Amino acid sequence: MSAGNGMSRPILSVNNIEVIYDHVILVLRGVSLRVPEGGIVALLGANGAGKSTTLKAISGLLRTERGDVTKGSVELLGEPIHRKDPGEVVRRGIVQVMEGRHVFEHLTVEENLLTGAYTRCENAAARKDLDLVYTYFPRLVERRGFKAGYISGGEQQMLAIGRALMARPKLMLLDEPSMGLAPMLVQEIFEIVSRLNREEGVSLLLAEQNATIALRFAQYGYVMESGRIVLDGDAKTISENEDIKEFYLGLTGVGQRKSYRDVKHYRRRKRWLS
Amino acid sequence: MTEILYGVFVGPFRDMAGSPAFLVEVLLGGVATGLMYSLVALGFVLIFKASGVFNFAQGVMVLFAALTLVGLMERGVPVAVALVMTMAVMVGLAFLIERVVLRPLVNQEAIILFMATIGLNFFLEGFGEMVWGANVKKLDVGIPDRSFIVAGVQINQLEMSAAATAAVLVAILAVFFQRTRIGRALRAVADDHEAALSIGIPLKTIWLIVWSVAGLVAIVAGIMWGAKSGVQFSLSLVALKALPVLILGGFTSVPGAIVGGLIVGVGEKLGEVYWGPLVGGAIENWFAYVIALVFLLFRPQGLFGERIIERV
Repeated sequence: MSAGNGMSRPILSVNNIEVIYDHVILVLRGVSLRVPEGGIVALLGANGAGKSTTLKAISGLLRTERGDVTKGSVELLGEPIHRKDPGEVVRRGIVQVMEGRHVFEHLTVEENLLTGAYTRCENAAARKDLDLVYTYFPRLVERRGFKAGYISGGEQQMLAIGRALMARPKLMLLDEPSMGLAPMLVQEIFEIVSRLNREEGVSLLLAEQNATIALRFAQYGYVMESGRIVLDGDAKTISENEDIKEFYLGLTGVGQRKSYRDVKHYRRRKRWLS
Repeated sequence: MTEILYGVFVGPFRDMAGSPAFLVEVLLGGVATGLMYSLVALGFVLIFKASGVFNFAQGVMVLFAALTLVGLMERGVPVAVALVMTMAVMVGLAFLIERVVLRPLVNQEAIILFMATIGLNFFLEGFGEMVWGANVKKLDVGIPDRSFIVAGVQINQLEMSAAATAAVLVAILAVFFQRTRIGRALRAVADDHEAALSIGIPLKTIWLIVWSVAGLVAIVAGIMWGAKSGVQFSLSLVALKALPVLILGGFTSVPGAIVGGLIVGVGEKLGEVYWGPLVGGAIENWFAYVIALVFLLFRPQGLFGERIIERV
């Protein structure tokens, strides 16, 4: 599979990894991908395609779910990290924002953000970064004293991203940031995230079901299905390819689903494409 | 009929007003016992708060700590050295528990962890008995169990020292949880293990810390209860009295454990002394559970417990 996209050296490269849960269940087969330094890469695919598993294999969260990277390697700036525990991965510069936000409900918004800086022991720097997070997410300022369980879903998503930012990552893994949010909010969050990418130099790997918006902000995209990467290419190419949109991303030219007969027909054609 | 009403609503208060010094004495006794309940409840709260595990073995940890201390002292180790060694044993125990029990059960249901602590309970009980023997031991920590009289009120020195120790311990823990980086991380882990991991909080270290702290609290509780009623296996049953305290104060609140303990302690002493005679005494033994029952009906999260946040 070609992984070149002409930009700078990759900050992250996932090389042909295989992931097995509980020693028997094979969930990822030969997944390879690359995130260039300072780039935004989208990982697309339907529910259960293996996007979250891929992100967890990178961040090391996989092992708490009894999953294991059995083949291949994950490298951050050329150094293998797939044997490290999550704390070490965070310290080296990769933070995952988990699907479903996962804020600490009983801690206040500000405390949530401060916990994000746990791996960095200096307190003064954390305070300074708090202001930085507040400039990116002004909505959180007025909520700083609230328990995180009581703020809205959109604000929780912002908080989760802000909390990850407090660790000062080189690369942020975003798992379904659009989940369960109104389109307006999704737009707002993606705009903030891409500002983070431009202004703070945070590289991004985002797993999304919402391909339209993900491809609008990403430069490069990978499409997953059943634990494999079936396609990759420039965001522009992917979003313009009618077939890809039809088969993998559930989008049609006129924005409607086709009948099952058409789907069956396409499924057959798909094999030729991939 | 009027006699009963008088006995319940008027008589006790007339007695209280009649002899204020005695009332103060009863209240002080209640506060002292209450704080000792709080000490045991605190151990539960710490572990529940930081790992969401209801540690069934907390009562036995109190016993085990006291047994270790007494056992060492019986073998001629000086008090201070024995205390340090007991602390080391409790921290070692925390390390073992994290290694053998908690780590393999990461991300399992709370009920599974709870059952693991039941196993731990039996293990510690048997192990303690095997190492230190099963007979009742006397614990003498150097604070004399004698009383003196201040302004007509009898004050027990041992009880007051226990109360003061408990108060200091609680103040330290409250600051630790609310203000420090580690304390914040502990609360974060309590809320969501996985999210805590995802931002790089090492669960191993955090669990080691809480179980160690709970072990240290168990030592203090063990010393206080041991000095009061001897070190014996019924000591692990004070954990039963800690349950109503937890229900009152809330499972996740350090101040709640204290206030809950005070309410239970003072409530049962007052009940025993003033209302006890109405039913022939022995209110002390069940009064706490009645309060707990009332709380379960009307305020299940307790006085200071965290509200269960549900979103739709």
